[in-house]
Amino acid sequence: MTELVNGKGLSLVPKTDVKQTLKDFKSDQEVRWCPGCGDYAILAAVQSFLPELGLKRENIVFVSGIGCSSRFPYYLNTYGFHSIHGRAPAIATGLAASRPDLSVWVITGDGDALSIGGNHLIHALRRNVNLNILLFNNRIYGLTKGQYSPTSEVGKITKSTPMGSLDKPFNPISLAIGAEASFVARTIDSDRKHLQSVLREATAHRGTSLVEIYQNCNIFNDNAFEPLKDPGVRDDITLRLEHGQPIVSASKAVVRAANGGIKVVARDSVSEGEILVHDAHSPDPSIAFALSRLDEPAFEHVPIGVFRSVDRPTYDGRMAEQLEEAAAQKGPGDLSELLMGGDTWRIN
Amino acid sequence: MTKQVQQLDRVIIRFAGDSGDGMQLTGDRFTAGTAEFGNDLSTLPNFPAEIRAPAGTLPGVSSFQLHFADHDILTPGDAPNVLVAMNPAALKANLGDLPRGSDIIANTDEFTKRNLQKVGYDANPLEDDSLREWRVHAVPLTSLTVKALEGFDLSKKDAERSKNMFALGLLSWLYHRPTDHTIKFLEQKFAKKPEIAKANIAAFQAGWNYGETTESFSVSYEVKPARLAPGVYRNISGNQALAYGLIAAGVQSKLPLFLGSYPITPASDILHELSKHKQFGVRTFQAEDEIAGVGAALGAAFGGALGVTTTSGPGVALKSETIGLAVTTELPLIIVDVQRAGPSTGMPTKTEQTDLLMAMYGRNGESPVPIVAPMSPSDCFDAAIEAARIAVKYRTPVMLLSDGYLANGSEPWRLPEISDLPDISQEFTTAPNGEDGQFLPFKRDTETLARPWAIPGTPGLEHRIGGIEKADGTGNISYDPDNHDLMVRTRAAKIAGIDVPDLEVDDPDGDAKVLVIGWGSTYGPIAAAVRRIRRVGGKVAQAHFRHLNPLPANTGEVLKRYDKVLLPEINLGQLALLLRARYLVDVISYNRVRGLPFKAEELAGVIQDVIDSD
Repeated sequence: MTELVNGKGLSLVPKTDVKQTLKDFKSDQEVRWCPGCGDYAILAAVQSFLPELGLKRENIVFVSGIGCSSRFPYYLNTYGFHSIHGRAPAIATGLAASRPDLSVWVITGDGDALSIGGNHLIHALRRNVNLNILLFNNRIYGLTKGQYSPTSEVGKITKSTPMGSLDKPFNPISLAIGAEASFVARTIDSDRKHLQSVLREATAHRGTSLVEIYQNCNIFNDNAFEPLKDPGVRDDITLRLEHGQPIVSASKAVVRAANGGIKVVARDSVSEGEILVHDAHSPDPSIAFALSRLDEPAFEHVPIGVFRSVDRPTYDGRMAEQLEEAAAQKGPGDLSELLMGGDTWRIN
Repeated sequence: MTKQVQQLDRVIIRFAGDSGDGMQLTGDRFTAGTAEFGNDLSTLPNFPAEIRAPAGTLPGVSSFQLHFADHDILTPGDAPNVLVAMNPAALKANLGDLPRGSDIIANTDEFTKRNLQKVGYDANPLEDDSLREWRVHAVPLTSLTVKALEGFDLSKKDAERSKNMFALGLLSWLYHRPTDHTIKFLEQKFAKKPEIAKANIAAFQAGWNYGETTESFSVSYEVKPARLAPGVYRNISGNQALAYGLIAAGVQSKLPLFLGSYPITPASDILHELSKHKQFGVRTFQAEDEIAGVGAALGAAFGGALGVTTTSGPGVALKSETIGLAVTTELPLIIVDVQRAGPSTGMPTKTEQTDLLMAMYGRNGESPVPIVAPMSPSDCFDAAIEAARIAVKYRTPVMLLSDGYLANGSEPWRLPEISDLPDISQEFTTAPNGEDGQFLPFKRDTETLARPWAIPGTPGLEHRIGGIEKADGTGNISYDPDNHDLMVRTRAAKIAGIDVPDLEVDDPDGDAKVLVIGWGSTYGPIAAAVRRIRRVGGKVAQAHFRHLNPLPANTGEVLKRYDKVLLPEINLGQLALLLRARYLVDVISYNRVRGLPFKAEELAGVIQDVIDSD
């Protein structure tokens, strides 16, 4: 009854024999982000990744909300829907649930996905419709010119918080795991190779994948992720998550803590055997959740990669099965039969 | 002793009891028997929003009114001839509606000191002569039921629960209703609890037998079947008809139906009904909120589905931004608003016509939306197909304005021939429409002004749409002032140019000076009032709006043809405002917002006053 979906993320989307290149996915629209914006790097990474999927271009749809990142669909020569603030996951859900032959992507930001659209995001994740959600996290509101966002650090000085912001930020990875997400990953705009490797896994996953992309807003929140880019420290603070591999940076390692949790220690203080081996497919989300908490306080050590990738039935798949079951039990829909279905009587 | 049988041409019965007494079920079953018998009928359920208000209190009273006749009727009736009162609260809450001389069947077992005190009766009204102007039948319904079920392996509480079936049996005897269907129904309903099924059937039959033997009822009544147009009939509520209409619209448009919805009174039954018919390829999506419901429907429409969202007024308020997105992206979408009393939460189970101006104007920007309003429960079927026709042909969101009265009320429905249903299908665009193989998503059909509908999966037509203003033709983002002015006017012209049928005027002699108009669910009471006026020789013309936007092309001409135009609405004059502004006609408004439909007698009085005034 329930489908086995692992590795079959886009198996229902028609393939093309025509060789595609990055150029095929560039639209004729002039890109209008600020010079130096991290969005350029993400756009280029996605445009050069899409040909690898070998899908018919007309079967790819990008849906977005509102914000700088949400202009993304205009720059891709696929079908696109630039919608309203926060609602892209809902619109994409309707599209993906009724069209399993489409590769549906949601492009959103930290304000769009986690503030005004928070409800739609968590429900999309628990439902597990076949969607790829790319959450560009720059920890600031860009399009409205620089207010703090739900991922801004406490005390953030912005136009709307001259004495510092008061509210604790969301950790998007923790939030997604708490919302029953079946695929959760984090990557960074400046590392195209890593970004594309995560996209590869996200598209192979059938169900909702959430990819948080650390993205630099050079106008309102420049260098927010600088430690992860600084050649002097980045290799020490970046913990690469690869399924089946020990979780380490150049100088640090993750091990189990005495209290049952996990902790980061100097790599040379432990033996190889003590280092936690990453299991992205574990049914129990607690280690993935614990990993998502390691970067508090920020940037001491930051896990990058796929936190969690588990196989479970998709909403669209089960919905299609119910339609088939109903047709098998009752026969295909017959209007006349439907109308005559109650207690009827004839008047001559 | 053979009892006397009296012939009546029509009867109005109201079943009233505590929310837990099963009055809606009792009413439904009596209605089914009445429909089977061949009377014309109309029903009015009236229940509290609370699922179980404190037992025996006034807020907990639930009632079901049924009007049935040997001729065609238009409303559930103004005032009951018979009240079945299952407790003191039911008597107190409904006595004011009961004309003197009518019958009261009261369950004496519930008229205890405590229950009487709960609703403020100092003395038992069944005993203190205060009801002398009514014909009271005091029947110990509960104890008779318990006694009838003595042989069953049931707790006293379970046995007492069957008292509504005893009442149904008694009323079925009193009005010569057929019993087979109810027995079959009970067998099916309690198929998994055969003992409960048997007990309910026994209670039902005991009620029938009680009527036949007791001296409390010396007369029974017969209402002959009505002479309705030939055809196959069934009884149907507005919500059920609307759901069937949406399924039919999917079939007739050759589009898969997608419903995105969030539960809300009084619209939820449409979601429930549609979720039962997946064999039609109907996808029902219970969303996390109202906004997601309409968002998913719009997303599905972008993918080539017939996208629908169902809700009530508070839900429309939440959906308005997405409806605006549908307006500007010019995608087909149906928004069903089953109106209820507002503002805010208002009175969820009570009816009102107060969302017309919200449907018309309740969005930011110039955001025109066509509006269709069904006029009776069964008309919800045709209105749903009409809404879909407009949505698909003109690529626009369409507002379908039902209300609580239509949603829960029911009437016999002559089933349409499937072959008579309109073909409302439109072709998707599959080829480029511009020069050099370019696709222009906002290059319009010159006649309808509809834009091409090219769905994902169509090669060569990849394009982007969105909420930002679009350049005419290409659909690219545009902030050009003249382009915006053109697009605003074009979207308005598209909606204004929708083909809707002319307003039909019912003016038998052609010499009436007064025209009474209405829209939506007031059709029945207005038409019944018009009949009353004509029966006594009065002259009045009637016209009823099913399309509120655009208005029929002959509206201005019709309004100006009469000396006086009267418009009853269950709001404070919303359509009147539109008509006055548009046609400069001095429409006379009659407005009541009591959460209840108009009464025919009330409207007949208003019409007569307008006729009589200078």
